[in-house]
Amino acid sequence: MDIQVRVWRQAGPSDKGKMVTYDVKDISPDASFLEMLDVLNENLILSGDEPVAFDHDCREGICGACGMMINGVAHGPEKATTTCQLHMRHFNDGDTIDVEPWRAAPFPVIKDLVVNRGAFDRIIQAGGYITAPTGTAPEAHSTPVPKPDADLAFEAATCIGCGACVAACPNGSSMLFTAAKVAHLGLMPQGQPERATRVIDMLEAQDDAGFGGCTNMGECTTVCPKGIPLTLIGRLNADYRKSVRGN
Amino acid sequence: MTLWNEGDAIADEAAPDGPIETRWERRKFSAKLVNPANRRKISVIVIGTGLAGGSAAATLAEAGYKVRSYCYQDSPRRAHSIAAQGGINAAKNYRNDGDSTYRLFYDTVKGGDFRARESNVYRLAEVSANIIDQCVAQGVPFAREYGGLLDNRSFGGTQVSRTFYARGQTGQQLLLGAYQAMERQIGLGNIEMFTRHEMLELVIVDGKARGVVVRDLVTGEISTDLADAVVLASGGYGNVFFLSTNAKGCNVTASWRAHRKGALFANPCYTQIHPTCIPESGSHQSKLTLMSESLRNDGRVWVPKVGNDKRTPGDIPEDERDYYLERIYPSFGNLVPRDIASRAAKNVCDEGRGVGPGGLGVYLDFADAIERLGQPAVEAKYGNLFEMYQRITGDDPYETPMRIYPAVHYTMGGLWVDYDLQSTIPGLFVVGEANFSDHGANRLGASALMQGLADGYFVLPYTLANYLASSSHDTIPADHEQVVAARRQVEERLEKLLSINGDRTVDSFHRELGHIMWEYCGMERTEEGLTKAIELIRGLREEFWTRVKVPGTGEQLNQNLEKAGRVADFFELGELMCIDALHRGESAGGHFRAESQTPDGEALRHDDEFSYVGAWEFTGTGQAPTLHKEQLEFEYVHPSTRSYK
Repeated sequence: MDIQVRVWRQAGPSDKGKMVTYDVKDISPDASFLEMLDVLNENLILSGDEPVAFDHDCREGICGACGMMINGVAHGPEKATTTCQLHMRHFNDGDTIDVEPWRAAPFPVIKDLVVNRGAFDRIIQAGGYITAPTGTAPEAHSTPVPKPDADLAFEAATCIGCGACVAACPNGSSMLFTAAKVAHLGLMPQGQPERATRVIDMLEAQDDAGFGGCTNMGECTTVCPKGIPLTLIGRLNADYRKSVRGN
Repeated sequence: MTLWNEGDAIADEAAPDGPIETRWERRKFSAKLVNPANRRKISVIVIGTGLAGGSAAATLAEAGYKVRSYCYQDSPRRAHSIAAQGGINAAKNYRNDGDSTYRLFYDTVKGGDFRARESNVYRLAEVSANIIDQCVAQGVPFAREYGGLLDNRSFGGTQVSRTFYARGQTGQQLLLGAYQAMERQIGLGNIEMFTRHEMLELVIVDGKARGVVVRDLVTGEISTDLADAVVLASGGYGNVFFLSTNAKGCNVTASWRAHRKGALFANPCYTQIHPTCIPESGSHQSKLTLMSESLRNDGRVWVPKVGNDKRTPGDIPEDERDYYLERIYPSFGNLVPRDIASRAAKNVCDEGRGVGPGGLGVYLDFADAIERLGQPAVEAKYGNLFEMYQRITGDDPYETPMRIYPAVHYTMGGLWVDYDLQSTIPGLFVVGEANFSDHGANRLGASALMQGLADGYFVLPYTLANYLASSSHDTIPADHEQVVAARRQVEERLEKLLSINGDRTVDSFHRELGHIMWEYCGMERTEEGLTKAIELIRGLREEFWTRVKVPGTGEQLNQNLEKAGRVADFFELGELMCIDALHRGESAGGHFRAESQTPDGEALRHDDEFSYVGAWEFTGTGQAPTLHKEQLEFEYVHPSTRSYK
C-alpha cells in the first residue's frame, strides 16, 4: 500500500508545532500502524531528518504507552483497539491519514506525538489503592468475593491508562479513568474501608490536575481500547453522593 | 584464538545449610535488622518498576527507607510485567490435588533441568502462598469460582492446578497492585519517582555500589544519584534477538553497565523460546506477540502428517493430522514444558510439515474444546487472547485453528546473585528477571510473576536490610572522583554515538544482530554456528561504531539515541551469550546443543561436566571473558533425565 500521512511535528513543549506531510510507500497491509511509522522514521533518518517521536512499548495493547489521534479519532477507526494493535489493512491504498497527539490541557505535548500523562499517576496517588502494606495479608480464601462482583471488578481494572478517554472528551475529562479505578476497588470487600474517602480524594486530584467535568457525552467509552463501560461513571457518582451526603 | 579463560570457582556463601525446609527461616533470623528510626536516613535506588522493582520499592518504602525509583517509561505502570498473560503459580493446594511447597520446589528444579540452586528454589516455593495473600489484600481481581473462592488452572510442565489468574491479563493485574502500592508511597513522600529516566552507569565507591548515572529522557540532562544501596530490577535481555515478545524498550543496559564494572553475568545463553507466539508476517515486523501457553490446556497442537500440505486446516481429515505432542509425549501431551514444545515445533517445521506462509507455523486447535465445553466457556477463559489473535492476523480462532510459532520470550540468565540476591558487587542487589537465580536452564510457565513478586515483596526486604545494617552510610561528595568519572563515561559515550553520523540506522543494526542470534544462538546451537556468530557479531559491532546514524542532539527527547545505547550493549551481550553457549557443550533446558542429544533427539545433559552455574567476568570489549564456576549441589531433587513421555 502507498499512503500519505500528515503528522503533527513539534520540536518541544514551547514550539508552536505544525502538520507535515510525508509519503510512505510499499507498506504491507499486515503491518501495524506503529510499524508504518517505523518505516517512515527509517526513511526520515536516512534522509537526514529527525524521526517522529511517539510513545510505544509493549506493542500488544496492554502497556498503554501508545496513543494518537488518527483522522481525529483516539487510537483510530477500529473499535476497542490500541494504536499498536491497529493494522494497515483497515486503511485503503492511497489514503491520507492525519496523525496528532492527545490534545488536553493536563497532557502537555513533550515532542511530536509524545505527551505527559503524569496527571493520571497523581490521581492514583490520591486514593487509587487499597492500603495493604506487605506482610500483613490474611489467608487469601478468608475473603470470598462473589463471582459477579469479581468479574465486574476485573472488567473495570483492565483500564490501561492510555488517556484516549481524555483525548476524546470534549471537556477533557478523565472521569472514565477515575471511575474505572473507583469501581474496581469499590467492588471488592477489601476496598470497603477506604471507599468513601477514595472517591472524594481521587476526584479532587482530578480537578487539581485540570481535567474537565463530565457531562455524560460518552465519547470516552466509544474510543476506550478496553471497552470500559460508561455505567462505571454512574457508580462513581453514586459512591460520591454517598460519601458526601451519607445516602 | 582464545575465546574465554577459566578463573577461580565461586560459591554462594549467603545460604544457610542444614534442612532445606528451615533455611529461609534461619536466614531471616540471622539477618541483621535496621532500627525503624534509622531507616529514614537510609536511601535505596531501585531501577525498574515491574513486578520485582515495583514490589521492592513499595515494600522498602513501607518499611521506612527513602526510596528513589527510576523507569524509562512515562509511568511505572507500563513496565513490561504488565504484558504477562497466563498466571502466577503458588503452592496453595486449593485444588486438593497433591500440591505442596515441596512439589512446587521439585517441579521447578526439575523443570529447570537441574541447573538451578536448590536453596533459592525452595524459598521461592515457600513464599509463593504469601504472594497470593498479599495480592488479594491489595484487591487484585483474580478469577473466582461461583462460591467466591479463587479459581486455579494448570500450566505447562506440571500435573497439578496451582496457577492463579486474571483472565489472560494476570501480569497487568499484579503489576497494577504493586504500582498502586508504589503510588501510595509516592503520595506519602517515601518514594521519589523518576519516570522517563534511564540508568546509564553504575557508581562504585570503595568497592561498593553507591549510585547511578541517569539520563532524563525528556531534557537529556545527565545526573548522578548517590545512595546507600542500588537494586536492579531492570528485566531480561530477550531483545538482543530484535524480534521477541518483550516490549520494544526492554534492554540490558542497566545490567550490562553493572557487568562491565565487575558484576558477574551468569548463564547468559539460557534463553526461553516460547512455543505459542503469533508467527512473523513480514519484514516490517517489529515485535512478536505471545499467545499465553494456558491455551495449551484446551488447544491441541498439530501439523499435517505429510509435508507441503496446502489444504486449509478444515479440509485435512482427522487421520491425516499429526497431534505430535500427544503422540511423542503421551503423559504430558500438549502440556510439556516450553523448551520441549518449542523444539518439537521447530522439528516438524524443519521436516517441511509447517503451516502458513514460509512453513514456519503449527496449528493450535480449539475445535475439540469448543465442542466439549461450549463456546461461552472457552470465551470466558481465553476471550481476550482470541480477540488479540484475530486483531493481529485477521483470522477467527473460533472458526479456524490458530497458527503459532516459537519466539524468544524470557531470559533465565542474568546477573549472578547469592542467596541474598546480592551481586558480586557489594551493595548491588538484583531482583526479578534481571538476576539468574531461580529457573535454571528453563523456566516453568507462570513462574516469572511468582519470582518477581517473591524477590520484591518477601526476599529483598530482609536481605537488603541485613546489608544496610552492616555497612556504613557515609555521605559521598558529588565531586568524588568515581562519581565524576562515571558521569564522564556516560557523556563521552553519548557524544560518540551522536558524532558518528554514518549511513545506517540503529534499527538496521539491531535487526541484523537479531538475525545472527536467532540463526546461531536460538532453538538449536552448534559449535560451528556459534563460532561463526561470534565472528559476525564482532564485525557488525565494529561497523556499528563507524556507520551508525543518530540524528538530533543529546539535549532533547531523542528516541534514537536511547536505542543506539541499548543496541551497543546488546552487541557485547550477544557475543557473551554465544561464548557461553559454545562453552556449554551439553543440552540443558532452553539451551540445546545439536552435538549433545539422545538417539531420539531429546536434550542430553552432562552432569559430570556441566552441573554448575557459569558466571562470567568482563575483561574488556572484544576480550576473552573469564569463567567462574559455581558448582551446583543437589541434596533433595536428584538429577534425572527429564521425561515428559
